[in-house]
This record gives sequence, structure tokens and C-alpha cells, in this order.
Amino acid sequence: MEQKILDIHDLKREFVMGDQTVRALKGITFDIKAGEFVTIMGSSGSGKTTLLNILGCLDKPTDGSYLLDGVDVKSLNRDQLAGLRNTKIGFVFQAYNLLPRTSALENVELPLFYNKTITAEERKERAIKSLESVKLAERFDHTPSQLSGGQQQRVAIARALVNHPVMILADEATGNLDTRTSYEIMALMQELNAEGKTIVFVTHEPDIAAFSTRTIMLRDGKIQKDSINQNQRSAKEALASLPESDDY
Amino acid sequence: MSIINLLKIAFRALKRNKLRAFLTMLGIIIGVAAVIAMMAIGEGSKQSIRSSLSGMGSNMITIMPQSNEPGGVRLQGSSIQTLKFEDITAIKKLQSKNINGLSPVVSTSGQAIKGGYNWPTTITGVSPDYLNIRQLKLQDGILFSENDVKSFAKVCLLGKTVIDNLFPDGSNPIGQIIRFKNIPFQVIGTLVPKGQSNFGQDQDDIIIAPYTTVQKRITATNYLQSIYASATTEASSADATTEISDAIRQSHRLTAAETDDFQVRTQAELISTISSTSSMLTVLLTAIAGISLFIGGIGIMNIMYVSVTERTREIGLRMSIGARGQDVLMQFLIEAILISITGGVIGVVLGVSSAYLISYFLNWPILIAESSIVISFVVCAITGVFFGYYPAKKASNLDPIDALRYE
Repeated sequence: MEQKILDIHDLKREFVMGDQTVRALKGITFDIKAGEFVTIMGSSGSGKTTLLNILGCLDKPTDGSYLLDGVDVKSLNRDQLAGLRNTKIGFVFQAYNLLPRTSALENVELPLFYNKTITAEERKERAIKSLESVKLAERFDHTPSQLSGGQQQRVAIARALVNHPVMILADEATGNLDTRTSYEIMALMQELNAEGKTIVFVTHEPDIAAFSTRTIMLRDGKIQKDSINQNQRSAKEALASLPESDDY
Repeated sequence: MSIINLLKIAFRALKRNKLRAFLTMLGIIIGVAAVIAMMAIGEGSKQSIRSSLSGMGSNMITIMPQSNEPGGVRLQGSSIQTLKFEDITAIKKLQSKNINGLSPVVSTSGQAIKGGYNWPTTITGVSPDYLNIRQLKLQDGILFSENDVKSFAKVCLLGKTVIDNLFPDGSNPIGQIIRFKNIPFQVIGTLVPKGQSNFGQDQDDIIIAPYTTVQKRITATNYLQSIYASATTEASSADATTEISDAIRQSHRLTAAETDDFQVRTQAELISTISSTSSMLTVLLTAIAGISLFIGGIGIMNIMYVSVTERTREIGLRMSIGARGQDVLMQFLIEAILISITGGVIGVVLGVSSAYLISYFLNWPILIAESSIVISFVVCAITGVFFGYYPAKKASNLDPIDALRYE
């Protein structure tokens, strides 16, 4: 009885560049069920970014269907897409994209500002809870420049969690971090996944993909391989096995 | 999104860039302060010109006889004897709210004598209203009454020049008897000196007496040289003029085909000429200040454009976490308005206080009109909306994908 969070069928995306049509996605079909931790992998030019944009409701497919939590994305307009992003998706970016000179708490609160139904007290309460879940509650008043890269990314994850999304969508979320911090972030992701959060993680590092439960390999706009990860690696253990000297 | 959230977001964004927000505001602050200070100075000088004019009796209306060219020959006004006391009665009958003073004028020149001293001057026969109409004030003694007028009382008021020449020893003229054309008059009051008029006339070289006395005992005439009236306010002088004309035409039994055999003049023209010069000055000053406000607005637009470009990633992020185009539009618009209105408030405070400083140190007359504050404030808000709209529109039209990847 697993609920489908994502249901993608024969998804195509074409870009018209002058008189040329670039076919970035050439018909992709897959679905993701609640509680999965999926990594989407592929080399550059494989259509990874295009797929991510569509999954994140930032872009719409040219053809094919995309149901996010039962909502047909293709039929929505710009504002409705924004609403969907606000309530159903939690973004984590490679470059963190935190607001500078703004406290961690305010950064985390940000998505809730765009949700009319949430009061000011509720907003703060949920932001603090969210920061607690990434173990940064005591740093709520720090600005991004006062936080390390790993901490900044954790604030970004807290921001992604604050609107209780059906899916966390991470775009190379460990790309700017060193190995140790990457593992810490992955450990956090695994923890969130264990709590039942659905995570879609776009990366090009096979190393990172090993922490997920399922890997979708893209190549040339098509799914090359869609496999369940039989031996999911534990990020906590990986972290423990790192040599002490790596700690700088 | 609620307006409170929008305000909070805009406020936080400004707080992140305090110095820049302040520098952007500076254009507006200086613009508004300049508008208010300039208008205060302009209005102040206008007001002071007006008040010095009304010191001359700016509401004064003069009615002079004029030939209605019975045979095509124009006669000199003073030789026409058409104005009679009945005209005054006719005007009084109107009981008009626009007229608050009315006095006949009969004057003649002659030699005033007191003891061994004499002085060539003019005696002006009037009714007690005359002092108010001409803005003359008693320095000492009393004014003659209506009874004095009725009884042809031989009483008079003296101007300073006459006193100086008839009483060179400085003795108190009140109660003394002077002679004008051999008629004895008792001095019952003296007038506050007025100095020279704008046309170089000595306004203190006068003797004032009841017009009945002058008519009966000196000139032996029954016509009036002129009638002086005063309008209740400057604004009502036009209405008063019409009413007076109509009343006199009626009392002179002029038919519609006949032209006036008198003329009614006000000082409105003089006042309007002088105030229009001063208004021009105000407009000029305000225009200069307005230009600086406009430049302040362009400053806002410029900074907002820079801000939108610089914060492209922020905009992308906001959109990716659920901000709609209009949310982004409103955020930047409110930022611009917040800058301009905060600048406006500071500018008003600065403008008002600098106006007071100017009046304090330079002794310039100032007048701060509420309207100037309201207008500059409204202009500020409009400036914010107008110059903030295009950058905000640009921000809201960004594609979140491009904005997120913007370097």
C-alpha cells in the first residue's frame, strides 16, 4: 500500500534554439513512492538538470504526464506552480541559496511567508522545530556568514522541511562540501528518510548515490538504468570510518 | 500573501542593506526637505507682502465721481458733483455682509493756525468709520462720534506732521483749539504716525473732522468728493464692488443704457500683481525642489534595478520556494515605497526644521502650509510606486530556473 508521490509517464522536454530543436528528455517513465530515497545520476548533458527543473515544478514538460502527489502539473499556470512548490516541494540547492545577512531562523521561515494560512507564531514554531531536526536550533540567530558550509546546507535543509513537503528535492546538495561534511549531510538525509521523508537527490557522484535506496541513471535524455540499491551504505558508518586527519 | 508578511519581507530586505537604503533615501529626503523649506519661504514672503499691503487698507474700496459723458465731454472727477450723501444711505440700506465700513470724504486744503504757528495742510471730512477703512489708529484722545457728525461739531484729529508744525514745543495738542480757514476746531485726538505712503505721500499731514462740519462750515457744498468703503475680507471685495455699483446706479436713477457716472476701485489689482510676483517665486523654488525630488526618484529606480540584478538568485530562490510573480513584484514595489516614504518622513522633518532654522537665524518670514507637507508626501509615495514599478516588474518576470543559476 505505498502511495505514489511522483508518477511520470513518457516525459519529454524539448527546447527550441533558433531553428534547432534540442530534445533534452526523450521520454522518461518512472514513479517514486512515499518513503523512497532516490538518487538521479547522470553525466552533464544527460538531461539531469532538465528533469530536476520539471520535478521541482520550475519547468513544464513538452509532452508526457507528471503527477506530483496526485496533481497534474502540466495543467497548472505559473502561479499555481508556485503554490505547488510552496506546499509540496522542499528544495535544497548546491549553493545553499540562503539570504545573506539574515538569521538562520528567518531563512528557515521564508517559505512559510508565502503561505497565507500560517500565522506568525506558527511560522516561528515550525521554523524552530525544523532547525531542531537538523540539529541547529542553538544557532537560530546566526547569519549564513557566521556558519560553516555544512551548517549552511543544514539550514537550507531545515528550510526545505519547514513547509512539510511531500518530497525533498536536492540538487547536488553536497557538491560544494568536502567529503566529511558531505557524509554528514547524507547522514542527515538518511535520518530524515528513516523518519519517512521522500527524498530525490540529484548528483553526479556515485559515492553519494550509494547512500540512497534507489538510483536512476540518465543518459542522453533517457533512463539508462533504474535500480534498487541492495546494499545501502550507512552515512554514519562512513563518517566513522573516515580518518581522523581528514578533520580540518 | 498578506500585506503584513509583504511589509516584513520588504523591511527585512532593507535592513540587510541599511547604508544603501539610506543613501537611496537621501535623494528623496533632500528633495522633500527642499520642497517644504522652499514653499515655506515662498509662502512666508507672500504672506508678509500681503500683510504689509493690508496695512495700507487692502480691503479698501474707493468710489469716485466720474462723468458719464453727457455731451461727449469728459470732465475732471473733482469738478463733478454727482456723489451725494444719499448714495451712502443707499449703500447702507443694503446691509451687505461684504461691506463693513462706509465713509464719505470731503476734503479741502487750507492753512491751519495755532497761535504763532501755521501750516498748509488738508482737512478731510469723514465719518467715524474712516479710521478703520484707512487703517488709521488713534494714538491719544478720542474719536468723534456720530452725534458730533450730526451736530456739525467743530472737533478734529491731527496727524503727526500737523502736530509737529503747530505744536513745535511738544505740548499736548489735545483739548487745544486750532483754526482752519479761520474756523476754530478743538483737537480731540491724535493719530498714530503712518509715515510715507508707497507713492511718497506724507500720510501724517492730515486733519480729520466730521464731514458735516467740513461741508457746512468750510466748503459750503453738499456733494461728496468720494466715498470710502471697506470690504469685510479681501475675497469679498469683488462682491462688495458690484453691490456698491448697483446701489449707486439705482440711487442715481441711471437707466441700463447709461454708463456709470462714478467709478468704484479696489486695491485687489495691486495686491494680485504683487502676490503673483511672489507666487511666481514660490512656483520657481518649488519647481527646482521638485526636480530634486524627481532625481531622488530616479535614484530609487536605479538602486532598485541594481538591487534586482544583484538579488537575482534571491528572487530565484523565493520563486522556487513558492513566491508567485506578484509576490516578488509586491516585495520590490513595497521596498521602493518604503524607501520613498521613510525618506519622505525624514524629509518633512528636515524641511520643517530647516525652515524654522532659516526663520530663526535669517529672520525670514516663513509659512509652512499643511498642503505642502501633504503634497510632498503624496508625491513621495507616487515616486516610489512609479520608479519602483519597472524594476519590480522586471524582478517578477524572471524565470526561476535562470534566476537560480544566475552568476
